Amino acid sequence: MSTKLELPQHAPEHEAAEGHLEADRRTFVIKPARRWPHLDVRELWHYRELLFRLVWRDVVVRYKQTFLGVAWAILVPAMTATVYIVVFGRFAKFPHGNTPYPVLVVAGVVPMQYFAAAVGNSSSSLMANLALVTKVYFPRVLLPLGAVLVPIIDLLVALPVQITVMAIYGSWPNGDVVFAPLFIGLALVTALGIGFLLSTINVRWRDVPYMIPVFLQILPLVSGVMYSLNEIPEKWQWLFALNPMSTVIAGWRWAVLGEVAPHWGQAAVSVSVSALLFFGGLAVFRAFEPRFADTI
Amino acid sequence: MAAAIEADQLSKRYRIGQMQAAYGTLRDSLSRLGARAVGREEKHEVEEIWALRDVSFSVREGEVLGVIGRNGAGKSTLLKILTRITTPTSGRAIIRGRVGSLLEVGTGFNPELTGRENVFLNGSILGMKRREIQRKLDEIVEFSGVEKFIDTPVKRYSSGMGVRLAFSVAAHLEPEIMLVDEVLAVGDAEFQQRCLGRMEDMSGAGRTVLFVSHNMQAINQLCDRAIWLEDGRVMEDGDPSDVVTHYLHSTWGSGARIAWPDDESAPGDDLTRLLSVRATDENGDTIDTIDVRRSAGVELRYRVLREGPPVFAKIKVHDRQGDIAFNAMDIAPHWEESSSPGVYSTTAWIPPNLLNEGTTSIDVALCTLRAPKLLQHAAWYDAVSFYVFDPGDGDSARGRFTGQLRGVVRPLLEWTTEPVDT
Repeated sequence: MSTKLELPQHAPEHEAAEGHLEADRRTFVIKPARRWPHLDVRELWHYRELLFRLVWRDVVVRYKQTFLGVAWAILVPAMTATVYIVVFGRFAKFPHGNTPYPVLVVAGVVPMQYFAAAVGNSSSSLMANLALVTKVYFPRVLLPLGAVLVPIIDLLVALPVQITVMAIYGSWPNGDVVFAPLFIGLALVTALGIGFLLSTINVRWRDVPYMIPVFLQILPLVSGVMYSLNEIPEKWQWLFALNPMSTVIAGWRWAVLGEVAPHWGQAAVSVSVSALLFFGGLAVFRAFEPRFADTI
Repeated sequence: MAAAIEADQLSKRYRIGQMQAAYGTLRDSLSRLGARAVGREEKHEVEEIWALRDVSFSVREGEVLGVIGRNGAGKSTLLKILTRITTPTSGRAIIRGRVGSLLEVGTGFNPELTGRENVFLNGSILGMKRREIQRKLDEIVEFSGVEKFIDTPVKRYSSGMGVRLAFSVAAHLEPEIMLVDEVLAVGDAEFQQRCLGRMEDMSGAGRTVLFVSHNMQAINQLCDRAIWLEDGRVMEDGDPSDVVTHYLHSTWGSGARIAWPDDESAPGDDLTRLLSVRATDENGDTIDTIDVRRSAGVELRYRVLREGPPVFAKIKVHDRQGDIAFNAMDIAPHWEESSSPGVYSTTAWIPPNLLNEGTTSIDVALCTLRAPKLLQHAAWYDAVSFYVFDPGDGDSARGRFTGQLRGVVRPLLEWTTEPVDT
């Protein structure tokens, strides 16, 4: 090698740590809440360790509290997929194109499971952390954000289920698999947007916990979990594209199974809806944030 | 030097109507919305409450400021604003330095996690960095005194242990500005003592402390200055002993004097009538609070209506719970023969350093003696009450101790201590 890599001069680690303490000494001004919501990204960065702790807490506590612990992350998608395969594959004989039906279903259930957990978690995140919200200051955005990160762990644990099923049916991902995280990212952003919105509503109206299960039961039906979206008439596909989860699942199947690529125009619609949900949800969340502690 | 905290006309408004709606369901809100749409909205009452009204003060760096006031006076709201849990409706505050709050010790403690895990979780919630927690871990655990159980889930702790661990984390936050609310109500006396010690250390180390408490002794002893909040406003800002005295006067002021407008309504019989009772200090001024180191007088005025057996006064001194400190009567020999008609005034002097702190209540009676029986001619229960306080200067029976000393009385004893050769 003829070229030498120029390493940037990093400050020693301990000095960086002192820097945080230094940042804590800052002067801040307490004043009435701003009229327009804004997001202080620097502040979020400052609180990154707390975000990590909150995620860590939820993961650790869940695995300590449940008898089967980590096994649930595998059992839930496995059982759901089994039911779908038997009911829709065997009895209803849903069309499945070239891909074996069980592989198709598992590749739908895994991202859907993540999304359902992320929406449920983030929607209840403010109420679940009541004590924190009413006693300590930190950017409240951390709560729904942490709540959509926790199920990522479950997703990782559930991946072997999908790999096993794929191995049984002899399918193997190609190079497109590197794009798979993008679609989980789309699910995350969508779930977070919904979580912002619903957790804010939940602070005032405790109806949300009743709404979510209904929503999550219908969602798999309109997202193509137990069938392939390509099998439905194209004009309907555009309508389905309004649901970002349809693109998440189609994209996941494309990246992991080598299925037909999603229709990119429809994907753009999904991404727009997702972005709208995210920014809209964030704006609502931030607008009501100053009043959370008073309202709860 | 710039002030550590500068509050400038802080105000906070709560809408009661809104708060109630907050507990309703979506249906309530929708029906209200519907009613509004068709213009049949009942004028639903949105009552406004100003929890804080134009509160301004500043705290110098290193100063310990006490905040006193009744429940609902705005103390907690003030702390919530300063810790940024809620925002003010108007006004602003400038805070220079890292803020640590003991608003609620143990916030975020999770019963499933072990003590050690909770230290890390709680530390991050309070704003500590991981390295910082790691560095102080041993100290935190030692201070809490739960070393043996540090790897046991907190749900197996006694409540005292959990609180001690939580407080220990908070106490090691090392903020430049410490906001403390009633933490001294937590834990046993020995631990409270340690907490007060910790606060003193912090103020000694140049930390700024804002201390909200109902413990007047602690306020007097620990604070350089005190403010008194009443109905969301600052009533007084100044020297703690002055502010505390004025606050106590205003709160306990009602029971210092009782009087009856005329003989007919006054308690008594055909021999004697009670006219008035009041609590006084050494100068004869009516008091509702008294320094524990001063004598308090109980003055009775009564009328003797006819010649008869000697009339004398009797008092029963008790605390709020009704526990009797003592009974006492006038045993002066001056009317051994008989008493003649006229108005009399008699004062019983309760010696200094006798009563315990708190509210003292006094029952009075006018009696005659027909040995061995005491005949009561007039009596009035809880005729006067006053509040005994200890400024905590160290020369009372509590010395430098600031915790609770139980008992109805708390005399200053003479102690003789000498080394013993063994």
